[in-house]
Amino acid sequence: MNTFKVPTMAEMIAEGKSPEVLFWVGCAGSFDDRAKRITKAIAQILHHASVSFAVLGAEESCTGDPAKRAGNEFLFQMQAATNIAVLNGYGIKKIVTGCPHCFNIMKNEYPELGGEYDVMHHSQFIATLISEGKLTLADDHPFKGKRITFHDPCYLGRGNGEYEAPRSVIAALDAELVEMRRCKSKGLCCGAGGAQMFKEAEKGNKEINEQRTEDVLETSAAVVATGCPFCNTMMTDGVKGAEKSDTVNVQDIAEMIASAVSIVPE
Amino acid sequence: MIIAHLAQIIFAAMLGTGVFLFARRVAFVGRNINMGRDIDLSDRKAERWKTMALVALGQSKMVARPVAGILHIFVYVGFVIINIEMLEIVLDGLLGTHRIFASLGSVYNVLIAIFEILAFAVLVACVIFLIRRNILALARFKSPEMGGWPSMDANIILVAEIILMFAFLSMNATDAIAQSLSLDHYVKAGSFPISQFLVPLYSGLSEAGIVIAERGFWWLHIAGVISFLVYVPYSKHFHILLAFPNTYYSNLNESGALDNMASVKKEVDLMMDPTADPYATPPPPENDAVPEAPLSFGVKDGNDLNWKQIMESYSCTECGRCTSVCPANMTGKLLSPRKIMMDCRDRVDEIGHNRDANGGAFKDDGKKLLGNYISEEELWACTSCQACVDACPINISPMGIILDMRRSLIMEDSKSPETITNMFNNIENNGAPWAFPAASRGDWIKDA
Repeated sequence: MNTFKVPTMAEMIAEGKSPEVLFWVGCAGSFDDRAKRITKAIAQILHHASVSFAVLGAEESCTGDPAKRAGNEFLFQMQAATNIAVLNGYGIKKIVTGCPHCFNIMKNEYPELGGEYDVMHHSQFIATLISEGKLTLADDHPFKGKRITFHDPCYLGRGNGEYEAPRSVIAALDAELVEMRRCKSKGLCCGAGGAQMFKEAEKGNKEINEQRTEDVLETSAAVVATGCPFCNTMMTDGVKGAEKSDTVNVQDIAEMIASAVSIVPE
Repeated sequence: MIIAHLAQIIFAAMLGTGVFLFARRVAFVGRNINMGRDIDLSDRKAERWKTMALVALGQSKMVARPVAGILHIFVYVGFVIINIEMLEIVLDGLLGTHRIFASLGSVYNVLIAIFEILAFAVLVACVIFLIRRNILALARFKSPEMGGWPSMDANIILVAEIILMFAFLSMNATDAIAQSLSLDHYVKAGSFPISQFLVPLYSGLSEAGIVIAERGFWWLHIAGVISFLVYVPYSKHFHILLAFPNTYYSNLNESGALDNMASVKKEVDLMMDPTADPYATPPPPENDAVPEAPLSFGVKDGNDLNWKQIMESYSCTECGRCTSVCPANMTGKLLSPRKIMMDCRDRVDEIGHNRDANGGAFKDDGKKLLGNYISEEELWACTSCQACVDACPINISPMGIILDMRRSLIMEDSKSPETITNMFNNIENNGAPWAFPAASRGDWIKDA
């Protein structure tokens, strides 16, 4: 079991150090029990690859994404101003985040408000670590040869045109990547975006995650790889609803890589 | 001689009336687009031309659906190229000549042959389109918003194009017969690879009958073309022109990026500035600038849309690709991105007519885009996944309008589902959409 200390920016600065990257955890990654496992996996990967990183801890606050997409521009800009003040105060240059919504908003909407950073989604950062040889995968990891499908998060894929990084991470696992009928720019939403995560769905004839789960089941994949804590929740619920939890495993690519380098303390 | 001049006069009058009615409607739509709020899209000109060349001229997004895409390219190329022939028809009509370009000889023959082949391709494509809409009844053509006029509009366009192409080919067929009989005024010109198959239809006619049929088809064709010209800007078919400016003014940012409202930024900057005096009188306007009227937040009515969004609403041809990929729509929710565009266009059109009827000033009609056309239920069903934006063959963004309307709901009317209000409160109070204490944000670290 690998134990290590995840430093906060405040601690780092107190020691007179400044990290290479800030790991922006996000609300789901901080508070949701399932998403916390993804957060830990990302932290373990960063540690394993000897990346100098820190988190903001209690100084992190919601980016304002759900507020903005729900129409509350005022609340969004207040959140943005607060976060930008903190980030600029620490002189942050590079951010890695496990949430495509945080990624999108900090990459595309913060710069105009005074927050200019090099923002990377964790799939991009992990792909870079792999290509630079900083992560070595075990010979016999649990995903080798597995049939895996990747569910594109809207705000990583369509929103920012990143389809390859998560796929290259799956390729590195030496797994069988199988695409869903609707993938990449045609990928179907999990149903959580645009603040839907925080409200009841409107009246319809099925839930969006049920629809997406049907796409998954068509591929007969053993694993649905995700890159977003909200997609992860929706797909987990969808698979559970279809009573396929025994055969279909929903995993974030960070968790898959973490277990492939055998650093998950489980 | 007199008859020939009479025909020219009738032709000129018909053409003039058509162009006038077309221009009048285009001016109306232009005024409506200009009633929209300002948005600066004057940047990145090279990239804009390139986008227009690729997406409108090159139809790059149409072929995402190969069957419809390729058939559409037939109709599109046919329409553009056959219009070259219109030049000859108009000149003949005005000058009283017949096949004025016949002297081009073999070049002319090749051109006419190309026009015929394209006319046939257009005809076949339109027949298939009619079958797809009415017999195969593809789901995206049968959504609730397509009932009544929108479906009729689509069928009128297709039938009109079939009639026009049939008239064009029959005109050539009867002309070819007239040429073979060496009738007066029928110069031997043209090559008729398609219309030769129509010759048997008319070969039984007398010499006079042939001339009447040829003239009849010539007039039917040109009268049809002029009527179509007038019809287009009243119809979804307006996309054939508006697709070009609409793609030129495409959103060139990442589709995930949403604009930051400048009006809100001003307020937030003021709040974050410890030296600002919230009670200070605003500085006098520079020079003689008229102080800006306070704008409402977001979109509540047609004239709250920005001009690009209004242009998008008039450019939409109701193909429904957006709706067919919308996760909310495919799971039975009320939201249809296509309906959003159609509602915006219908409301803006209504405001435009209201203004014209009231000397240029809008007279309150007790209606709003939000409420009378688009319901809150539709707006709240959007996941902001951008599938509609990706699917649109001419880069329309229904999502942008949906989110702008949510801004009005929240920032003007404070109307949101209770769960959304709770989410706002949580973010305000503890910096997360859920009610967890901010101090516990780093708790996961302990067992990392």
